[in-house]
Amino acid sequence: MADAETTPMVEARSLSKSYGQTRALTDLSFKISRGEVVGFLGPNGAGKTTTMKILTGFLRPSAGKALVGGIDVAEDPLATRARIGYLPESAPLYNDMMVLDFLEYASDLRGVPREGRREKLKAICQRCGLLEVLGKDIGHLSKGFRQRVGLAQAIVHDPDLIILDEPTSGLDPNQIVEIRELIKDLGREKTVILSTHILPEVQATCGRIIIVADGKLVADDTPDKLAERESGTVIRVVVKSRASTPPDVEAVRKLFEATPGVRSVNPADGEGGSTLGFRVLTAGQDDPREALFSTAVSNQLVLLDLHREHISLEDTFRRLTRGEGGAHA
Amino acid sequence: MPKVLAIARREIKSYFDSPIAYIVVTAFLLVAGWMFFSALFLMERADLRGLFHPSPFSPSMLLVILAPAVTMRLVSEERKSGTFELLTTMPVTDWQVVLGKFLAGFALIATALGLTLAYAFTVSGIGDLDWGPVVSGYLGTLLFSATLLAIGLLCSTLTDNQIVAFIVGFIVCAALYFVYWLQFFLPSSIAPLVEFISTSSHLENMARGVVDSRDVLYYLSLTGGALFLAERALSRQHA
Ligand SMILES: Nc1ncnc2c1ncn2[C@@H]1O[C@H](COP(=O)(O)OP(=O)(O)OP(=O)(O)O)[C@@H](O)[C@H]1O
Ligand SMILES: [Mg+2]
Repeated sequence: MADAETTPMVEARSLSKSYGQTRALTDLSFKISRGEVVGFLGPNGAGKTTTMKILTGFLRPSAGKALVGGIDVAEDPLATRARIGYLPESAPLYNDMMVLDFLEYASDLRGVPREGRREKLKAICQRCGLLEVLGKDIGHLSKGFRQRVGLAQAIVHDPDLIILDEPTSGLDPNQIVEIRELIKDLGREKTVILSTHILPEVQATCGRIIIVADGKLVADDTPDKLAERESGTVIRVVVKSRASTPPDVEAVRKLFEATPGVRSVNPADGEGGSTLGFRVLTAGQDDPREALFSTAVSNQLVLLDLHREHISLEDTFRRLTRGEGGAHA
Repeated sequence: MPKVLAIARREIKSYFDSPIAYIVVTAFLLVAGWMFFSALFLMERADLRGLFHPSPFSPSMLLVILAPAVTMRLVSEERKSGTFELLTTMPVTDWQVVLGKFLAGFALIATALGLTLAYAFTVSGIGDLDWGPVVSGYLGTLLFSATLLAIGLLCSTLTDNQIVAFIVGFIVCAALYFVYWLQFFLPSSIAPLVEFISTSSHLENMARGVVDSRDVLYYLSLTGGALFLAERALSRQHA
């Protein structure tokens, strides 16, 4: 028997999954220790949901193994399921049930003892901000409240591991902040894995980021380290055309990309009107600002802005998931 | 067991929160009542034979329609709405799910059947009621219902479309019910086999007041078999 302290809470060993012809996961491996809050990041179709379904024992991997608390999910599904609280993508819930009835039901199925249950449920509802809707039908709740009910049912049994598939999708900004606070709060005592496409979300809540693209692991690090990992710097450029016709974004992007010392150029917000904004990623430590200036001038473009910026996680994410790596089409 | 009951409780509550439970109970009481009073007043017979004897217009025929209607949503709806993923990633076994859902349907049909006991007590108040056939008739009808419900539940595990689950369940239940009358047109070599397969022949025996272990075993094994297949079907749909 391995020591509970050293056994990882979650271990994925070379997980692969195919749906017929579609290959959703290829040889995905990672370990998550007790108490970590991990953001699972990737573009649409990257395989985040598939990985979560395998960890929760809903799907069987085509190859590889998933372990929760050192136990193989395929070998003892009841034991691993009992330790997990899971909120599936888009929070499927029983619409014809009242919130409190549903949480009671979830407690029954998750084996929460009846004594002291009322108090526990009340505390959970308070934490999830559900006290005002306990007597409402789930089918009549707004999306944010549904999501909270989904979160509440995932923690009624005080699980070691909480798996949340896109817990903030479709919520308004205020609700996103509230749910994030809730997740952070949960992360103080539990291991949490959440998936999202929203970058600020992982930066705000997660101590570690796993990026997948096309079913493969492309990065696994802390948010700061991932941002640092990018060599070179980003230069923000805003230009305006001298000509009367509005400038073509793609043509200008190509011009800048052809400038010496530049690795890649992504369109970014301009400053309104006929201005165009770009984020220029430099190659190595050279400073291509002078060259960018000449390019602009010789192409009848007025430079409105040209300054260095911090590399954001967004740049890393873009590069890793669809940039030079060529991992994704 | 507590988990089985929790699942059953949820389904029963959901039956009574929707019109289905009331439709089932009302339809059953109406047809059973009609059979019973027509026997009482038209034929001046104070018995309950009409309640149990299989025929194209009888409470048991009504069950052939009602049972798949009661079971059609049990699993299909969860698959359609996605709660199936929630349910099957909770620490419950597929047997607990199947039994809980089966019990819920059985409780509803048993309630409807239990209410017809009022007729039995009416009859016993009017004349001398021979309780023997009544008791075996109720037992037979309960076993018969269990079989239909298990078949209906199996159909519900096979599709996420409730209507398809109902139609397939109804066709199977009706075929097993009506094949009984087909035996009169079949060569004598296979007629006994067809009679044995039919759900109505065994009900007929029990309605006459004969409790034969073969009839009981027939219903129990068909029920068990269908529930077993339902459990297998369920477990194939998740890891
Ligand atoms: N049931 C299925 N049948 C066939 N293909 C599927 C099925 N489920 C997922 N896929 C495919 O597997 C790949 C990974 O899907 P998955 O849902 O895991 O991605 P995701 O990272 O969760 O995406 P999203 O951000 O859109 O939720 C996709 O190409 C998807 O089309
Ligand atoms: Mg997904």
